[in-house]
Amino acid sequence: MSVVVRTVTRVILPVALAFGAYVIMHGHLTPGGGFQGGAVTASIVALLVVVYGGARLKGAKGWFAVLEDVGALAFVLLAFLGIGATFFRNVLAGSGGLFGAPVPQLGPNPGALDTAGTLPLMNWAVGLKVIAGLGSVVLLLSLFGREDG
Amino acid sequence: MKRWLFLAAFLVLVGYLIGGGIWLHPFGVPARDEMDRYFIQNAQAEVAANNVVTSIVFDYRGFDTLGEATVLLAAVVGVALMLRKVKG
Amino acid sequence: MGNMPFVVSMILVGLGFLALIVRRNLIKLAIGISVIEMGVNLFLVSLGYVRGGIAPIYTYAPPGFKEMVFPTPQALTLTAIVIGLATTALMLAFAVVIYRHRGTLDAGKIRELKG
Repeated sequence: MSVVVRTVTRVILPVALAFGAYVIMHGHLTPGGGFQGGAVTASIVALLVVVYGGARLKGAKGWFAVLEDVGALAFVLLAFLGIGATFFRNVLAGSGGLFGAPVPQLGPNPGALDTAGTLPLMNWAVGLKVIAGLGSVVLLLSLFGREDG
Repeated sequence: MKRWLFLAAFLVLVGYLIGGGIWLHPFGVPARDEMDRYFIQNAQAEVAANNVVTSIVFDYRGFDTLGEATVLLAAVVGVALMLRKVKG
Repeated sequence: MGNMPFVVSMILVGLGFLALIVRRNLIKLAIGISVIEMGVNLFLVSLGYVRGGIAPIYTYAPPGFKEMVFPTPQALTLTAIVIGLATTALMLAFAVVIYRHRGTLDAGKIRELKG
């Protein structure tokens, strides 16, 4: 694409990455979560494919496969944490450890990031999975039929 | 002939759907609410999350999310299988 | 007139079915299926609306609010959106492969060229 599009992409890229990370990280406090933030971040991959062409991003396919596996395994392992009681039991919530603080007060409150137990970790796992899945779909659709794909 | 048959079936289907929409319970007054009121009242105490929707997606109905992740994985694998490089 | 959101989502579903009936292009069939999905998602979300409700999120919620919108249909709609995205990606991959092998996107011609 033209110089204008390339320059604007370079400016937008960190902002969009930060926004996606924010949406994933605050999934238990504000609207959003792993799926939405993952879709936001995967749109960056679509932007890069449009601007630079799929052939230059060919090396990212292996990374996407690794990310997808890591996300799926982390999700299932986090679900297995509560196997003492039930599958998907939220053992970290209210335990005082990692992400274990209770909400500041019942009812409307400003919200604290250190709450909700396994929910933020599961948000990150699903976010990685959605980034890798949608990114590899876009990349594969753009690479199909190329000699060097 | 076949086209007219399709059109008649389509009109019957759309009439059924729109009639169902009109004669459903009034908009804004759901018929059953016990489960959702339980989630709204107890999500903060039980899951310690402010976002009730996220606490349902990842805690109360985690198995749905597991199936959804599996569907996403299967779709990505299907796309990668179909768009692979063919030899020759 | 009170049930207008339900009727509108059902009209969307009907428009998607109409596209499935009258169109032959595979890409347009995929668009029709996506329109049906959007109608169903709108219907699900509007089923859970409570009159005067706010979003089911306690962070900086207005103090003294009366009702919250029901969260379960929203969670299930989130699931349905992601599954719809996956099926759309799969349909488009099918369309790409069929175009590469047969040289056409017309569903009727593809049926004639079987074998």
